[in-house]
Amino acid sequence: MKTFPIGGVHPSDNKKWSNTKAIEVLELPDVVNIPLGQHIGAPATAKVAKGDKVLTGQLIAEATGFMSANIHSPISGTVTAVDMQVNGQGLRQMMITIKREGDEWMPEIDRSAEIKRECDLDSAAIIAKIKDAGIVGMGGATFPTHVKLSIPNGCKAEYLIINGVECEPYLTSDHRTMLERGKELLVGVEILKKALGVEKAVIGVENNKPDAIANLNKIIKEEKFVVSVAPLKVQYPQGGEKQLIAAITGREVPPPPALPIHVGAVVCNASTAVAVYEAVQKNKPLIERVVTITGKELKEPRNLLTRMGTPISKLIEMAGGLPEGDVKVVNGGPMMGRPMVNIDSPVTKGCSGVTIYSGKEAQRVNVESCIKCAKCVSACPMGLEPYLIIRLTQKHMWEELEAEYITNCIECGCCQYSCPAGLSLLDYVRLGKQTVMGIIRARAAADAAKK
Amino acid sequence: MANKFFVAASPHVHSPQSTQSLMRDVLLALLPALAVSTVVYGIDVLRVTAIAVVSCVLIEYLIQRFLIGGASTIQNLSAVLTGVLLAFNLPSDIPWWIIVIGSVVAIGVAKMTFGGLGHNPFNPALVGRVFLLIAYPVQMTSFPQPSMGNYVDAFAGATPLAALKARAVELGDVNLLHMFTGAMPGSMGEIAALALLAGGIYMLWRRVITWHIPVAVLGSMAVFAFIVAAFTGGGELLYAMPAFHLLAGGAMLGAIFMATDYVTSPMTPKGMIIYGVGIGVITMIIRLWGAYPEGMSFAILLMNSVTPLINKYVKPRRFGLTSNKK
Amino acid sequence: MTVLLFTILTLSVLGILSAIILYFVAQKFKVEEDPRIDELEKMLPGANCGGCGLTGCRAMAEAMVKQDDISALYCPVAGAECMKKMAALLGKVAPEKEPTVATVRCGGVCSKRPRTNTYNGAKSCAVASTVYIGETGCAYGCLGYGDCVEACKFDAIKVNPETGIAEVDPDKCTACGACVTACPKKIIELRKKWPKNRAVYVSCVSKDKGAVTMKACKAGCIGCGKCAKVCAFDAITVENGLAYIDSNKCKLCRKCVNECPTGAIVLKGMDPLPKEPKTPAAKPATPAAAPAAKPAAEAKPAVENKENINEQK
Repeated sequence: MKTFPIGGVHPSDNKKWSNTKAIEVLELPDVVNIPLGQHIGAPATAKVAKGDKVLTGQLIAEATGFMSANIHSPISGTVTAVDMQVNGQGLRQMMITIKREGDEWMPEIDRSAEIKRECDLDSAAIIAKIKDAGIVGMGGATFPTHVKLSIPNGCKAEYLIINGVECEPYLTSDHRTMLERGKELLVGVEILKKALGVEKAVIGVENNKPDAIANLNKIIKEEKFVVSVAPLKVQYPQGGEKQLIAAITGREVPPPPALPIHVGAVVCNASTAVAVYEAVQKNKPLIERVVTITGKELKEPRNLLTRMGTPISKLIEMAGGLPEGDVKVVNGGPMMGRPMVNIDSPVTKGCSGVTIYSGKEAQRVNVESCIKCAKCVSACPMGLEPYLIIRLTQKHMWEELEAEYITNCIECGCCQYSCPAGLSLLDYVRLGKQTVMGIIRARAAADAAKK
Repeated sequence: MANKFFVAASPHVHSPQSTQSLMRDVLLALLPALAVSTVVYGIDVLRVTAIAVVSCVLIEYLIQRFLIGGASTIQNLSAVLTGVLLAFNLPSDIPWWIIVIGSVVAIGVAKMTFGGLGHNPFNPALVGRVFLLIAYPVQMTSFPQPSMGNYVDAFAGATPLAALKARAVELGDVNLLHMFTGAMPGSMGEIAALALLAGGIYMLWRRVITWHIPVAVLGSMAVFAFIVAAFTGGGELLYAMPAFHLLAGGAMLGAIFMATDYVTSPMTPKGMIIYGVGIGVITMIIRLWGAYPEGMSFAILLMNSVTPLINKYVKPRRFGLTSNKK
Repeated sequence: MTVLLFTILTLSVLGILSAIILYFVAQKFKVEEDPRIDELEKMLPGANCGGCGLTGCRAMAEAMVKQDDISALYCPVAGAECMKKMAALLGKVAPEKEPTVATVRCGGVCSKRPRTNTYNGAKSCAVASTVYIGETGCAYGCLGYGDCVEACKFDAIKVNPETGIAEVDPDKCTACGACVTACPKKIIELRKKWPKNRAVYVSCVSKDKGAVTMKACKAGCIGCGKCAKVCAFDAITVENGLAYIDSNKCKLCRKCVNECPTGAIVLKGMDPLPKEPKTPAAKPATPAAAPAAKPAAEAKPAVENKENINEQK
């Protein structure tokens, strides 16, 4: 069984709460809030103003430059505000608020259930369509897909890797998508292959989803797709971009600023491939996605096809409401998700799930002193030494941190997960990484200014 | 809403391992050796262990309470473990006050003066043992005879290493199977290689330790003994000598339980192997050519002092920096 | 006997030889250094706090000797007296600087700024501020995890466990500025130090709109601008819904303190002006708000006294 070369942990996957629940369509929300910045890069520029009528799928905010993404209205209705609203972390962010009136779609969107396989567009046209549809990486990183597909000069794509690993515990949205929308996914892969001009396409799936692997293999065989499915060992973070590339191709992406394309690989999430299919074949922009709402204490964990901008509280309501007492609501999975304080904040493009922890699990374990057990070092999939990094961070030794390759950290959380002393390893590693990245950017800017 | 919201950055789940659970696993792993020792030396073994544990825990508690301040750290079981390991390094008929002095040195001097668990540069139990070995050499090196046979038939006397060094016995006469099961004089915890190995396997299975240090220590000792045997005689010695050295003295206890002490061993797999080989080689040098019959404790303490240096220079394999296959 | 003699002789010869070698080496590698650097370093406080902007006291002493114009060099810890003495020693003009003191500009005590959630990640303001807004609804206020306390080398700043806000002991504060850089929320400011620790300042840095600020914290500045209107010295500016009092222009007339409807303007070390010197009932809002301002202004020193008592214990 293939896997990545170093480190990793084995958290209990807790997928059983929702992996048998078929995708259901969540009823349309009455009001949606659409943040302008829900992708990596510059926030989009609003193209509508208060009082404007919009249709479902209509462009409401345009990408600001290349490294940005379009945003479309997920419902039809009236724009009631373009203003600062509180996001999930309690911070204020520019959002477009739309009040729903019916559900009238843009006429050019093909809403039929028929699956269209033939695509006679060329690479540039496909990428243009993906850009128009505002597609970003839906695994959580929200990297604009059209940027990923535009291969920089001097690089050549050899592999298209589809990330169906879903190594985050609890989450099952990609799993259900691979099961229920396998054919759309595979057509999406074909389109992506064409856009990149590559021969080899591999779908990496963690081995705890045998039904998804079987389903994909069956469709590939029946419909003669030229794609292979690689079952991968169940080990976190198997779905990390760099880990996945290493597991499938044996090549390791060098530390930043190198990108996966420097080893000839392009990685797209499985749900992103479905979105690409819809954008290219059906003219449908990215306005809805599958969100897993799950947790041990939830009455009814579900996989819900949700329009962007729907308040997360509505999903929680559908799952039977928050459990009593202490809770922690997390946007994303337990290893990398962001904690939330405002559950009325909207579902965004990168929100693959909402996980809820209650009782003792809502809190961190007690902190003791480091016993130098080296578990963080052996757990780190990037070969870093978290115990050392946090000491350097606490002492503000930024140059030494840079020499320790802190920018290579993928913030997967393996170190803190494995620490028997319960130290806040990732908290400080992340702080150190952000500070060092800031220093590097400042230095680059200074160098550029000199020239 | 009646909910109380908690917020902390990811990760939001934690492995079930805690400091306490790790220490508990090590203690469980030591139980077979304790059982064998009790069979061999009788109820005295439990007396010595109990005194060592109680005095270690008490000293840690008192120092934390009255000198350092802050929350008590005894519930993490590390003091209990130090007590058991110290007891395992003592003869079973040692007077109680020597045990208490050993505990004071182990916990008071070697551990708490540096700030408690996680900060001590040297293995506390070994510092205690070496202190006692130098301060009370007579009591520390006279061992009662095992109740069930001996490693050389009808021989009553010193430990295998001491006897061999004094040329009281010949290597050819030694019954290695007896040594393996614990029929030889020695410190309480070091005699039963079989039980110690069982404990080691339990710790590997529970992911308390990794294989690197024990394998490096025992492997380097065996290789060293093999080379020496090849130069001095060859023949049967080639196999008898490595086996004898792995089973005699504190080799097993040291390699599996003492050298793997988290606080004082290196952080990276490569570093662990360097550290383990260092211990193995120094032990063999002391055993073969040094003044003491046994060198495990000294070797581990010497390598403890090198650990920070190893940590500084031996780095883990960095992802993406090794040569890429194309 | 001969052995003893021999030993003594060899060792003595060795010692003398080494001494000679050392002497020549020391001569050869002698570094010519201005003796005044050592003298200055002795006069400096020796805390190596970095308050001067240089790496430490030695660097400061060197810079003072080397640079002809030392007006840019100022050790806030040593103070004006000491700077004058050092300048006299060098025969240079002493840099002039008003003494300053670190001031924590947040009045969001627990009773005024309710906690909406519990943070249990790493106890560090820098970490918490990258994770989310904080335990309250205010994105600008003091988080209270004590990054400033950690940065302070003079034990002059402490987080009051009752209010959850950092408090400066003006007598211990040397205005080195370490806390100012440590605070990720940029709440702490070095303000002009008046005698007897008197001070008037806006204890809020929230740039939110008034309504948003009010919702999160009852002690916040809502940017109403009343204070700016009464200020006779042009010391108050209101920008982005936030009033700011320039401590170099402020004359401690205290008029603004009574005007503030939320008590965001804090008065320290002196009594407030008598309540209604002008038009008692012209605006009904003002008298209602003025008493609210007063307890807030008084509450602060009271809390500080309590802390002092605790310390004396």
